[in-house]
Amino acid sequence: MTTPLAVETAGLSRRYGRRWALSDVSLGIEAGSVVMLAGRNGSGKSTLLRVLATALRPDHGTARVAGHDVRHEREAIRREVALLAHQSFLYEALTARENLHVAASFLGRGAEADLIARVGLAGRADDPVASFSAGMRKRLALARVLLQDASVVLLDEPYGELDPPGFDLLDGAIAELRARGATVIMATHLVERGRRLCDRALLLEDGRLAWSGAAAAMPTAAHVGE
Amino acid sequence: MNPLAAALRKDLLLQWRTRAQFVAVFVFGASALLLFSFASGPDSGALRQHAAGFLWLGLMLSSTLALADSFESEMAQRALEGLLLLPAEPRALYYGKAIANVLQLTLLGAGLVPLMVVLYDVSTARVPALLGVIFLGAAGLSAPGTLYSAMTAQLRARNTLLPLLLFPLVVPALLGAVKATALLLLGDPMGQLGSWVSLLVAFDLIYWSLCGLLFERVVED
Repeated sequence: MTTPLAVETAGLSRRYGRRWALSDVSLGIEAGSVVMLAGRNGSGKSTLLRVLATALRPDHGTARVAGHDVRHEREAIRREVALLAHQSFLYEALTARENLHVAASFLGRGAEADLIARVGLAGRADDPVASFSAGMRKRLALARVLLQDASVVLLDEPYGELDPPGFDLLDGAIAELRARGATVIMATHLVERGRRLCDRALLLEDGRLAWSGAAAAMPTAAHVGE
Repeated sequence: MNPLAAALRKDLLLQWRTRAQFVAVFVFGASALLLFSFASGPDSGALRQHAAGFLWLGLMLSSTLALADSFESEMAQRALEGLLLLPAEPRALYYGKAIANVLQLTLLGAGLVPLMVVLYDVSTARVPALLGVIFLGAAGLSAPGTLYSAMTAQLRARNTLLPLLLFPLVVPALLGAVKATALLLLGDPMGQLGSWVSLLVAFDLIYWSLCGLLFERVVED
């Protein structure tokens, strides 16, 4: 029996002005798998994640996420997908607790009381996000992603700005997502870590899919600048 | 929670957290009223005649400051995009922000009224009606102001562009607001107040319907 695909793209392309950030990307990602998205800066990783999250519209090609078309079923996809982006999606004037409450109120559920503690921010729950370091913002953004309880989780450079305990926290969160059957796609430059955590890897080069296969067999150095 | 209630709660909370900005906007409006009274000279009859116009000029000028900043916190960490991806309904986000802006501008207008009474030697016994007109005028400014604020939020010249886009559009509503305010302050022997308030309400309805429909296109494309 074949596992259903959580993400499926065919000829997916997206450009900014004249430059093609994604070009003719065709791939399939099985539901419940943890996938590493590797590539140099500017190779199209963030653009691919943003297209899959419906934050950007593709210029050509098709993409289906959780069975829904990214062009015509954006709301259905947004109910299934959570994106941890470079920007935290947080309100700086609000506290950590208020930020989670805002997200929870739009999701139509109560904010999990222990979520802030799980990301190690219990002592700062009532401080405004403006007073947070970049790593603390990343932790809170992760809590917001976990709050969404999504079936497809897109992580864009999730280790950036985190300290070593933060790395462990994120590894634990990914393991937890895998355990509950979520599909995780993680763009990262930390290839060794990705090899340990992920089942599969995709390598982007100049917006094109240059390689895909088992994470453990991911080609080294030249392609990802390691 | 209802999406509109969630959006309104979020925007009121943001306004409360950035209330120092409101004080700055109020001081700007108060300064404008003071300068208009100096420019008009000591003729108290002329001051009374122009009081309504000056009140709305002060409110309109200071509203651009308040409205221009209303999407700043949404753009700083792409918080608005984060809400859209949850997904939150764009229309609920728009109306939540626009209602919060109406309340803020109504409060600003209500704060400027005592100053107008002192500076322009006017008085009215119909304070609730005056506050009602200020509310309707604020609604006329807020609906397109919120939409244009979203459109210009990521531009460096947003403080210049917003008034350029907003002022021509809100002229009919401001006309209604100024005339209705003047009739409340100076008396209404011909019974014209109802007509001007109707005009104001009609334009408010047009602005609120159209801008609510257009907001999704502004934030999604």
